[in-house]
Amino acid sequence: MVNTQTPLKAESKDLNFFYASGHQALKSVSMPIYENKITALIGPSGCGKSTYLRCFNRMHDLYPGNKYEGQIIMHPDNTNILEHGVDAIEVRMRISMVFQKPNPFPKSIFENVAYGLRVRGETNKRTVADKVEEALKGAALWNEVKDRQQDLAFNLSGGQQQRLCIARALATDPEIMLFDEPTSALDPIATANIEELMSELRHKLTILVVTHNMQQAARISDYTAYMYLGEMMEYGDTDTIFTRPARKETEDYITGKFG
Amino acid sequence: MAVQTTQTQASVLNNLDAVRAMIRRHKRNDILFAAVGLIALMIGLLTLLTLFIQLVSDGYPRFNLQFFSDFPSRRPGSAGILTAWVGSLLVMLVTFFTAVPVGVGAGVYLEEYAPKNLFSDLIEINVSNLAGVPSIIYGLLALGLFVYGLGLGQSILTAGLTLGLLILPVVIVSTREAIRGIPVAIREAAYAVGATKWQVVSDHIVKYSQGGILTGIIIGMSRAIGETAPIITIGALTFIAFLPPSPISDVAPYLNFEWLSSGFTVLPIQMFNWLSRPDHAFHINAAATGAIIIVVTLLMNGTAIYLRYKIRKNIKW
Repeated sequence: MVNTQTPLKAESKDLNFFYASGHQALKSVSMPIYENKITALIGPSGCGKSTYLRCFNRMHDLYPGNKYEGQIIMHPDNTNILEHGVDAIEVRMRISMVFQKPNPFPKSIFENVAYGLRVRGETNKRTVADKVEEALKGAALWNEVKDRQQDLAFNLSGGQQQRLCIARALATDPEIMLFDEPTSALDPIATANIEELMSELRHKLTILVVTHNMQQAARISDYTAYMYLGEMMEYGDTDTIFTRPARKETEDYITGKFG
Repeated sequence: MAVQTTQTQASVLNNLDAVRAMIRRHKRNDILFAAVGLIALMIGLLTLLTLFIQLVSDGYPRFNLQFFSDFPSRRPGSAGILTAWVGSLLVMLVTFFTAVPVGVGAGVYLEEYAPKNLFSDLIEINVSNLAGVPSIIYGLLALGLFVYGLGLGQSILTAGLTLGLLILPVVIVSTREAIRGIPVAIREAAYAVGATKWQVVSDHIVKYSQGGILTGIIIGMSRAIGETAPIITIGALTFIAFLPPSPISDVAPYLNFEWLSSGFTVLPIQMFNWLSRPDHAFHINAAATGAIIIVVTLLMNGTAIYLRYKIRKNIKW
């Protein structure tokens, strides 16, 4: 199971997570995240896969009372990003996120992509413009919007908005990108575009994706983790998980007998 | 077989008749309620409209520029509202600069920064309660605090601060409501790129809630402009034949703040003063002033609606 050729980008070790209500949403989840690979998290609703994903950029910190236990180690610096001394903002600068529903700011296309740079205090107009162009190209959106970068982001279609959100997350050169069901609000064509884009992006960064869609996990991911009731049921390379799952529960889920 | 089919059809038809009768019955209730609602609405609207029309027709002889540029006078025919509208304007200026920074600041703090605990719950309940405190109580508070305590006197500054305090809850509550209207997804998007709380507040929260905040400010101001009780309590003059010093001067720094400590009167007090005279001719002046106050209030509320529409136009959620 441990892959020795591909370097590790991050790993979670005995990660427990408790919501403010006291509900334990993650139970001792341990899992490697390999560099320049796509790792997919699958499982039925409420299994904790989104909760797990949102630990990686400390999104849970925004709401009081949530509690992490255990570690998420980031390589090569071996930082435990859940540690109290590590600022959540630093973590979010290294690990960016794309959400389930496209959530552009009510600003121009350009300003949406530039926002991450502005947050980092980048004021050089040339640098910002170059970075925005690079990110829009990286998100396969440049050709569609290059002549109307000052237009409001809401004027784009849903699929374009999602690619804009990817560009926004890309502009700051993150090490890991988190995708929380990025295509669940999109039509099949826009979904195919995003999937292609994710396969492309893997050469630049490491991807962790939550998906409801098992075919999607099979199509795009290198590794797959099946979660159920807050526990990591099975982890392995995607081919193995989908063809020869070790556990009966995993097989039942991916064949549609359950979930 | 054929007979059976006919029977089924007959029962379907019977049933359909029953359903149609039921729908008709239910629709009668719809119409009944719509009628009652319309009557209730009309009672409110027509009363207000009648009042306004009466004010306008009573005050009609005084609607000319002279009325706006004349000082008050013993002779009703040559008495005007110059000191009153200038006073109202200057008081509103102070109110604006008091209530907006404090109210918006408090609203943003409560919504974005304050920890959620018993103490903040207590503050929350009290802010809402403050909006319901009778305005004369604010007048008493201001008399003790501003006029005597801080020695600000019966001045424009005192009146502006008092009305600022009075509309503070309105501004705070509308700020908080506007902020709550911003979807969680937008907030999380901003945090996810690594923004600090202050960056999220200044680049997003305040910008996207502008429409609602502005509406709250204007509605608060339009309430303040018609307030009489607290202004009387702090001792505004009812007859004043001079203007406060001009806020703009011809020598650097071109601003002057002497007007803040000047005596003053405001539109509703001028109106109240004229109404209390036995001479009927003064009542015409009062009616004209009343109509002007209503028009100003309507204009302010109209502006609020327009601004909200204009600002919200680019925001879709």
